[in-house]
Parts: sequence; C-alpha cells; structure tokens
Amino acid sequence: MVENKIRDIVIIGGGPAGLTAGLYAARARLDAVLLEQMGFGGQLLTYERVENYPGFPEGIGAFGLAELISAQALRFGLQVRNAEVRELDLTGKIKKIILSNDVIETKTVVIAAGASPNKLGVGGETELTGKGVSYCAVCDAPFYRNQDVAVVGGGDTAIEEALYLTKFASRVYVVHRRERLRATSIIQEKAFQNEKISFILCKTVTDIGGGAEGVRELRLCDVKSMEQTQLPVTGVFIFVGIKPNSHFIPLEVSRNNSGFIYTDQEMATSVPGVFAAGDVRAKELRQIVTAVGDGATAAFNAGRYIENTF
Amino acid sequence: MAGNIIEVTDSSFEQEVLQSDLPVLVDFWAPWCGPCRAIAPVVEELSADYVAKLKVAKCNVDDNPKIPGKYGIRAIPTLIIFKNGSVSEQITGAVAKSQITAAIDKAVG
Repeated sequence: MVENKIRDIVIIGGGPAGLTAGLYAARARLDAVLLEQMGFGGQLLTYERVENYPGFPEGIGAFGLAELISAQALRFGLQVRNAEVRELDLTGKIKKIILSNDVIETKTVVIAAGASPNKLGVGGETELTGKGVSYCAVCDAPFYRNQDVAVVGGGDTAIEEALYLTKFASRVYVVHRRERLRATSIIQEKAFQNEKISFILCKTVTDIGGGAEGVRELRLCDVKSMEQTQLPVTGVFIFVGIKPNSHFIPLEVSRNNSGFIYTDQEMATSVPGVFAAGDVRAKELRQIVTAVGDGATAAFNAGRYIENTF
Repeated sequence: MAGNIIEVTDSSFEQEVLQSDLPVLVDFWAPWCGPCRAIAPVVEELSADYVAKLKVAKCNVDDNPKIPGKYGIRAIPTLIIFKNGSVSEQITGAVAKSQITAAIDKAVG
C-alpha cells in the first residue's frame, strides 16, 4: 500500500529532536508526518529529572517534559503515526519511507532516530540482562532496595544514575576505567558528597558473574597493575555511551565509524533533501537543548529545500 | 483504547494467565518506568492485531510484588508470553514491535 499523496516532510523519531522538527514544520504549514515506533520522548523517558533545560529553574520531571514537548507539537497540527521504519529509498528526488505494511512518499526526510545504550561487551552481560544487568536505573532501581549495586561508566548519565540508585540501594560502586570522571563538575560534586557512593577508578569490567538467581559479582581488572579483583553486587547498571539508531539508513547517507550521521551546520546530510537531528547526528554535545536546536534547524532547512527544489 | 487488555493482579494471575486457554502476553510495568510508557502503545496495538489468538494483560509490579518475584523479574518493562501455564517467551526492555511479534508468532505458532 502506498499513500496517495507526496508529503513535504517525514520525521523519523519522536524524541525531543523529532518533535521539535515537527513543531517547526507544522507551524510552517508543511505537510508533515512524524513516525515513532513507541511512545513520545525517546531517551528522555529513561531519565528521572532534567536539571539543565532552560526555562525550568527547579528542574522538571523527564516524563513531564516529554509530554509538554509533544503536546506543543500536536497543538499546531503535526500528524503522527505509530510505525516502525524498515528501510529508506533515497535514490530519487521523491524519497520513499518503507514501513512494515505501507510506503510513504515525501520530498524531504528528517532523521531523528536517536540512539541506544552501548553494551559493555563482556561475558555474562547478555545472559544476565533483566537478571541484574540493566541499562535504565529509573526503571529498575526499586528492585535493588538495600542491596549493593555497581554502575559502570564515568559520564553524566553514569553519575546521575548512580545518584538516583542511592535512593534505593545500600551501596553504589561507580566503576570507571579512567582516573577521572567525565561528568559535568556539578554532578561530580554531588556524587563525591554522597556517602553511599564509592568510586572504583582505573578498573575495567572483564566479566559479569552470576547464575539462575541473577548477578552475583563483577570481575575487575586494574588498568595499570592488571590485578584481578571481584566485586560482589546483585545489580550492575551500564552507562558506557550510546550508539546511533542508524542501522536502517542507506549507506549513501555518510556517517562516522560509530554510525553517527554527518551533517553540515544546517543539518543537511550527504543526500540532498535528507536532514538529521539530535543524538543520531555526529556531534560533541548530546543534550535535550542541542537536540531541539537541531530539530528546529532541520525543519527550517527542509522547508527551504522544498521551496528551492520543487 | 485498551479494550482488549486486562489488568492482572497477584490474586487473579493464576486464573487469568496460568489457566488461560489462549497464550497470554503479560506486560510487567510500573508507573515510574518511562520505557514502560514508551511500549504501552505497542502493547495496545498487539492486543488488536492478535485478537482471538492471544490474550494481553498488564501487571503493575508496584501493586503486585508476588508474581514478578516468582518469575525473577528485576527489570521492566518485561514482556512474558505464557503458554499452558508456563513461560514460553520473555523479552526485557522496550524493543521494536517486530521483535515482539516474532516472539508472539513463535509462541502462538
């Protein structure tokens, strides 16, 4: 089945970048449709609170912010569809978005498909996912009341999630392979002041040990002395960066070695009429505030491309 | 909306899920879990797609600690497909609809 009209803009992804692209497209009176395979919010839904988005001096709940951003886009008439994109055909001037049971034709595409957490890639990780291995502290922390858990990673997400876990766990070990954390200073300060958090630095996780009852321990290796140690924990929360959700994007859209899509400062990709926004894009600072900026820029330039090309 | 989805509790689980003639997809969730909200519309769609082939149920792990404990659930969302009273397929985390339908098709056969 093919829709019987050609859309102006199809936005792939309903996180902050995609929803903001949708808001700008709808206000520009473009015929826009946003495709999301789950609920709106993207990675925002795995956080508890957002403290660094301007306009909310006391911070705001992550769900609440996701709802506000989507409500604003919908208010201006953005069309949305719950759909999973299988493939893109970007070879012609009119692009084809192939869904599981439908094809949408469009003049422009904004890829705002976001990113997913990286795996650590060690033994036991896959087998013990859901049995002590987790990638979402807000989801799973309440299962670890009065238990000892570990967080792997040293960035903003890792340290914020470690702080969240202290509300439930009795002890939170932060395991980081470097000597220093990468997290923003204010987040580090909070963590250093928290008595429930212990830091295990310059160590990598080599293996996650456990059985049918779940995770029992982490096996660690000191990066300098190569000394092997064990850390008894019942849960391990892994926050070692993200990987882009770009597997369905054809190769003519150029990207870096990790799969993040290259754009210019107008969010244009290597394929004319195809734009990218948010965490799926190759850039340094991946935040809600940069994602929404990308979304607005992408939608604006998609509109300009349509004016100039059609 | 959620017309075909039933809510199961610690006390109704035995009858609604384990003794069901149809296979049952149970979505273990909690109000504080964002990814659970994210997959909620997918679970709703599935209840419509598989009407008469699959029963779809939600279990709030906050209100019903016994059943999740029994099945060793320590992460949500967790989707479990029960067939003839035992676990047939299990999916942890918010995943794409196609991954869930693959598991259902395997179980429903």
